[in-house]
Amino acid sequence: MTRKRARLQRIAIGGAAWAVALWVFFPILWMVLTGFKTEPDAISTPPHLIFHPTLSSYREVFARETYWHFALNSVTISVLASIAAILLSIPAAYAMAFLPGRRTRGTLLWMLSTRMLPPVGVLVPIYLLARSTGLLDTRTGLVVIYTLTNLPIMVWMLYTFFREVPVPILEAGRMDGATRWQEITQVLLPLALPGIASTGLLSMILCWNEAFWSLNLTSSAAAPLPTFIASFSSPEGLFFAKLSAASTLAVAPILVFGWLSQKQLVRGLTFGAVK
Amino acid sequence: MDQAARRIPVAAPVGRPSHARRTGGALLLSPAVILLLIWSLVPLAMTLWYSVRRYNLVDPTQVGFAGASNYVYLLTDPDFITALLNTAILVGGVLVITVGLGTLLAVLFDQSFLGRGIARVLVISPFFVMPTVSALLWKNLMLHPIYGVYSAMMRAVGLTPVDWLSRYPLATLVMIVSWEWLPFAILILLTAIQSLDAEQKEAARMDGAGPLAQFRYIILPHLSRAITVVIMIETIFLLAVFAEISVTTAGGPGVASTNLAFLIYSRALLQFDVGGASAGGVVAIVIANIVAAFLLRAVARNLEA
Amino acid sequence: MATVELRDIRKTYSDEEIIKGVSLTIHDREFVVFVGPSGCGKSTLLRMIAGLEDISAGELLIDGVRANEKGPAERGLAMVFQSYALYPHMNVYRNMEFSLRLAGMPVAERRQRIADVARILQLEPYLDHKPGQLSGGQRQRVAIGRAIVRNPKVFLFDEPLSNLDAALRGQMRVELATLHRRLGATTIYVTHDQVEAMTMADRIVVLRKGVVEQIGTPLDLYHRPRNLFVAQFMGSPTMNVLPAHIVSVTDHAATVTTGPLTVTVPVDAGSLQPGAAVTLGVRPEHIGLDVAGAPQGLVEISERLGAATLLHVRLSDGRQIVVQTGGDNMNAPDSAVGVTPDPAHCHLFDADGAALDRLAAHPLQVGS
Repeated sequence: MTRKRARLQRIAIGGAAWAVALWVFFPILWMVLTGFKTEPDAISTPPHLIFHPTLSSYREVFARETYWHFALNSVTISVLASIAAILLSIPAAYAMAFLPGRRTRGTLLWMLSTRMLPPVGVLVPIYLLARSTGLLDTRTGLVVIYTLTNLPIMVWMLYTFFREVPVPILEAGRMDGATRWQEITQVLLPLALPGIASTGLLSMILCWNEAFWSLNLTSSAAAPLPTFIASFSSPEGLFFAKLSAASTLAVAPILVFGWLSQKQLVRGLTFGAVK
Repeated sequence: MDQAARRIPVAAPVGRPSHARRTGGALLLSPAVILLLIWSLVPLAMTLWYSVRRYNLVDPTQVGFAGASNYVYLLTDPDFITALLNTAILVGGVLVITVGLGTLLAVLFDQSFLGRGIARVLVISPFFVMPTVSALLWKNLMLHPIYGVYSAMMRAVGLTPVDWLSRYPLATLVMIVSWEWLPFAILILLTAIQSLDAEQKEAARMDGAGPLAQFRYIILPHLSRAITVVIMIETIFLLAVFAEISVTTAGGPGVASTNLAFLIYSRALLQFDVGGASAGGVVAIVIANIVAAFLLRAVARNLEA
Repeated sequence: MATVELRDIRKTYSDEEIIKGVSLTIHDREFVVFVGPSGCGKSTLLRMIAGLEDISAGELLIDGVRANEKGPAERGLAMVFQSYALYPHMNVYRNMEFSLRLAGMPVAERRQRIADVARILQLEPYLDHKPGQLSGGQRQRVAIGRAIVRNPKVFLFDEPLSNLDAALRGQMRVELATLHRRLGATTIYVTHDQVEAMTMADRIVVLRKGVVEQIGTPLDLYHRPRNLFVAQFMGSPTMNVLPAHIVSVTDHAATVTTGPLTVTVPVDAGSLQPGAAVTLGVRPEHIGLDVAGAPQGLVEISERLGAATLLHVRLSDGRQIVVQTGGDNMNAPDSAVGVTPDPAHCHLFDADGAALDRLAAHPLQVGS
């Protein structure tokens, strides 16, 4: 009898969890579905649950060359900013993890504190600086800002990964005659590769979705996808199918990245406080 | 790292590295430190400077030292008070919803059930959706008074659809932002729950603790630090919510859904009042620093552990 | 030819002195073991020799040449770590090849060397394996192999057996000893396990709190510990120590009494007078059971090890001692027994814990 009760309980728990999951996921699902509808289908009331899927909205989004322009901006900016941040944070995290000094702890916390600076607090000077240096609406401008804003998180995350590398392995490398450069490139980096990959991934996600600086510093030439989507806010946004198709395209790659790296992301997002 | 290598107990590094190696360490650290130093100090100093200047981008007659007048003007502006209040409601509302619901759902998703992996992936998905997409998704596909799914549902049960974003702009924004951040809370808290020692739960069961008692006396205390971290980090980001407002209500109607970030933005880039916006920026920095101080304390404690 | 000389080596962290002046000469082909309880500084000392830690003061000479400022790889040493510290992302061959590759050795020569070492260590079937696929003992051998291929002047071992289970530890002890005989390389070996120290060392250096307590051959330390600490640290089961008083003193012996026991120990009592407080030390294996005489204590517990039996005897003054007897000893708990320490194997320590010179030489003892 208790077994039966336990089974019922499990079914109830599973049912509740799935209900929550579907309810939370529903808007995304609806967005994906709407992307495959025709415009009239998309705004029909009551909404059609059963419809003839069509790729016409996607075709239309692709046909507008601008989509590729924005997507390319997103990819370029995210990739470059992530690479730059990783290249800067590897030596910093190495120094902190393996050559700690009296000030290491303070430096780490200070780095984090720079991340907590509200972007809006420095919007004015950054905007004016970008304008006077000609970096307004350029990819370079966003790459620089994204590199700098993400740097503290990258350093911190790499630091927590590096700390898990057994120190004797690096010492063995030194005993074997490795120089600092060889120690980092041939012993540490191959060992920490999974950690570096998820650090890069987090950076990609943060850059891809960033919507404060991209909205304020870019308009067209260097605008990434968040700005592109924002341009649907009115009145074009009433083309539900097209909006959905464009949004799906903008969200899909990062959604997959996120699914793949959820476990490691926790660490980066909580600065290593939760593993 | 392979499993076996991880099993080996790692001897803590004995002592501190040699002087020569530490010097090399400072060299490796310097690029990141110097860049961040510039990044954190230069704009901050400029914001402080502008905040005491008369400076309007489209009005060249406004020049010179303003003293505290930008601050006085800002602090006595009813819009500023509203924006401050809205910010508090937005941050507070989202925190209550995401942390409260997040804790319960984390416990739920910690149970084993059919297809847990997939359900988990679904429930954390909104976190990876870019803010402009979330905002438009809710504004148009879900909550549109005519074509939105929710409106259709309301009509289906005989209710009159509501234009949520103009009738209850702030509450609706709280809801949209909560949808974005609930997955974050679940993700972090679920990870934290799973790090709970199974033997501790078993010991509690042996001591006769039911599910509620286990939650109250074992799980909740274990989660307390993770909850603290979630609150702190969400606060940092929620204080800066911008894109969602910009895309859905543009702060309106009036200033009904304007938060501090949006107010500063509109002062700076819509009214071109550099001085006033900078004064607002200083206020935002002060508020964020108070929160950051708490967060850093929590993180620093963890560094020692 | 490889010698290592330590001259008043010191290590200071912030304000604390961890190594308080160690001087020692390690001869060519010698197997020296640093032993001591955790925190005694033995690993730090080894890491200073290896070049992984700075030497705060003093001088380190390798083959007569000052090596303080040399990097780890330039010192011509190889080290086997406690955790083995194999490169998890390289297979066994690559692990052994790493140092040779960094040194720029031609490929053919590398291959030859690794093949030789793999044969000696019976690692040939595993050259393609990653460390994660190997058992603890195999990993241990790879770590040793990685040290051997470099043909170092000196081998350093940092508690290399502590991650192995008891059976494997015994086996690896023999393998290491065999290897040392075969290679004849100067070796410095750190352990907290006095059994490893006793069985493998040519000479043992006992450390406590950064200070050398005694240096000597295993039997030296066993038979002539210089103080109470060494006496109790070396030897298993641990030496019994009992507070005692001197009853009488002659030129070549001191008679002491403790509880029901009175022993005349052949030592040079020096300036000690009758009535002085001393400590009597006697190892469990040097106490006999007196069946005929008056009982002096009760057996509380008897631990049967098979080959021997350890009797925990409560003496009539309430103190407990351990007596090692034959494996077939029949004394049951609560049986009354008489105990007779062998005077020739008793040790006396003065109030500061320093040993009184023993006058009975052990037949096996070398020199000194």
